[in-house]
Amino acid sequence: MEQHVVIEGYTRLKKTRALFIGGLLSALVILTGVAVTLGSAGLTVGESYLAILAGLFPGFFSAPDLATTIVWDFRLHRVLFAVSSGFGLAVAGCVMQGILRNPLASPFTLGIASAAATGASIAIVLGAGAVGGEYLVIGNAFLFSLLAALAIYGMARYRGIGSETMVLAGIALMYLFSAVTSLLQYVGSAEQLQAVVFWMFGSVDKSTWPKLGIVALVLACTIPYLVYRAWDLNALAEGDEMAASLGVPVERSMAVLMMIASLITAVIICFTGTIGFIGLVAPHITRMAIGGDFRTLLPASGLVGALLLLSADSIARSVLAPQILPVGIVTAFLGVPFFIYLFLHRRDA
Amino acid sequence: MALISVNSLSFAYRDRRVLHGVTFSVDAGEVLGLVGPNGCGKTTLIRCVDGMLSPDGGTVMLDKREIRTMHRREVARAMAYVPQSAGNRTGATVFETVLMGRRPYLNWTVNRTDEEKVIAALDLLDLGDLALRNVAELSGGERQRVMIARALVQETGVILLDEPTSNLDVCHQMGVMEVLRGLAGEKGLAVVIALHDLNLAATYCHRLMVMKAGAVYGYGAPEEVLTEEMLRAVYGIEAVVKRDLSAPYMVPVRPGHLRGGA
Repeated sequence: MEQHVVIEGYTRLKKTRALFIGGLLSALVILTGVAVTLGSAGLTVGESYLAILAGLFPGFFSAPDLATTIVWDFRLHRVLFAVSSGFGLAVAGCVMQGILRNPLASPFTLGIASAAATGASIAIVLGAGAVGGEYLVIGNAFLFSLLAALAIYGMARYRGIGSETMVLAGIALMYLFSAVTSLLQYVGSAEQLQAVVFWMFGSVDKSTWPKLGIVALVLACTIPYLVYRAWDLNALAEGDEMAASLGVPVERSMAVLMMIASLITAVIICFTGTIGFIGLVAPHITRMAIGGDFRTLLPASGLVGALLLLSADSIARSVLAPQILPVGIVTAFLGVPFFIYLFLHRRDA
Repeated sequence: MALISVNSLSFAYRDRRVLHGVTFSVDAGEVLGLVGPNGCGKTTLIRCVDGMLSPDGGTVMLDKREIRTMHRREVARAMAYVPQSAGNRTGATVFETVLMGRRPYLNWTVNRTDEEKVIAALDLLDLGDLALRNVAELSGGERQRVMIARALVQETGVILLDEPTSNLDVCHQMGVMEVLRGLAGEKGLAVVIALHDLNLAATYCHRLMVMKAGAVYGYGAPEEVLTEEMLRAVYGIEAVVKRDLSAPYMVPVRPGHLRGGA
C-alpha cells in the first residue's frame, strides 16, 4: 500500500470520528428540544425551544409565561439531568473497561451500583446514614458506592494490582451488597420494600436544578482530565506491562483513573438509583462505530450514553403517559436488543 | 560503548528464586540472543531489565543511568519492549497500534512526522497493506510484526524482545531477524532478544547468553557457546553441532540414535 493511501485512510478515520461526534451532538440537541415538548401541556418543538431561549436570553426572546414555567421549572432540568447522567455513566464505564481490559467492566458489574443500592436501603429501611434529612438516602448511596470502589481498589492493591483481580473483587462485592440489600428488603416493612425496589429501578424523576448542578460540576471537572489522559488509557488497554514500557506509570494511572470513574458513577447513581446498562453498553456501541482510540472514544461514548438515556427517559415518560415508567427498565428493554443486534452483525464477529 | 549493562541481577517471586546474579552488557550495534530451556528465567530477566519487575539485587544501567532513578517516560524513550504474546486491543487498527509507540513523545495530538514514522516502520516490517485493518483480525504472526513495528517507532537505543519469532513462519522469522540485525548495525541499536530457535539465534546474534535455572551458563560468540556439551548440560539432549556454514547450527538426535544417525 502506498504511503499516501495509508495517511489518507487514517485521515478518513479521523474524519469519520469527527463526523460521528458531530452527528451525535446534533442529534442530542434536537432530541433535547423534542424531549422538552413531551408531556401533558402540549407544547410544540418550536415553543419549547423558544421557551428555552427566552429563559437564557430574556432580552432577546420572549415566550408565554406558562411555557417558560413548564419548560424551566419542570422539564428542562430533568432532560438535562438525563443527558448528563447518561454521559457520565457511559464515560465512567468506558474508563473502567479500558483500564481493566474487560468488556464486562462497568459501574454495575464492579459492585459500585449494588453498593449504592445497599446504602440507599440502609437509609430507607433503618433510617441510618451519614447525613440526615433530605439527603439521607442520597448521601448513603454516594458513600457506599465510593466505599465499594475503595474496597475493590484496596483488595487489588493488597495482592498486587491487576485488572483481573479488580474485576473478580468487584463481582464478589456485587454479590455481597446484593445479599445485604435483600436482607434489608426481607426485614423491611411493605412501604420500605417498595421504596427500596423503586430506588433500585433507577429514574431521573427526582431531578432538580441543584442536583443537576452538582452532577454537571463534577463532570465539568473530571471529563476534560480523562480525555486529556486518553493516551494513558490507550496504552493501558494493551496490558499493564505494555503500558509500562510505553512510559505510563501504571499503578498510579490506574488508581487515579479508577477513582475518577468511581466518583462520577457515585455522584450520578446516588441521585438516580441503579441505571446499570448505559455504562456497559454505550462504550461498546461507540467502539464498534469508531474504534478504540480513547481520545475520541471517551467523548463519543459519553454522547451515546446521553442519547440512550434521554431516549429511554422520553419513552418512559410517553409510553404510558401520564404514568412514568422507571427509566432503568426502559433502558434495558431498548438497549439489550439493540446491543445483541450489533453484536450479531459485527464485522469481525 | 555499552548502551545497557546489567550487573549481578537477582530476582525472586515470593520465595521462589528465579534469577541468580545475572551480569551482561550490550553495546551499540550489537544483537544479544538469550537462549535456554522453558522456565530458565529469560522472560523474568527481560521484565527486570525493563523495570516492570523490581529486582531484589543488582543494577540495570541504561546508558550509564540507573533505571530505578529514571521516570517511566524517560525509560520508554530509551528502551522498547516487545512482549511474548502480542496485544489484541479490540477496535484498534494496525496504524493506531503502531502509533502507540509514539506515546512517550506525544502530548495529545499526533503530527505528520509521527504518522510518517509509523508508515516507515510498517513498510520495514512488510505491514503496509495491513495498515488500516483491525489488529484483532490479524494472524498471530502479523500481530507479532505489528508489535515489533511499534517498538521501532519508539525510537529507543535499546530494544528488548521476548520470543518475537515464536508465531512466525521461517520466512518471516528471517525477515524479522534481518530487520533487527540491520537496524542494530545502521542505527547503533542494542538489541536483546530471547529466542527458542538456537539455529536462528546463532545465525543472527553477535553473542549468545545461555541461561540455566536462572543463572548464566555460557556467554560469548555463537561458535563458542553453541556446543554439544552445552546442549547436553542445559537442555539434556543429544545433538550434533555442525560448523560447515558461516554460523554453527545444531541438529537434534533421538536418544540412542546418535551413533547410527551421525
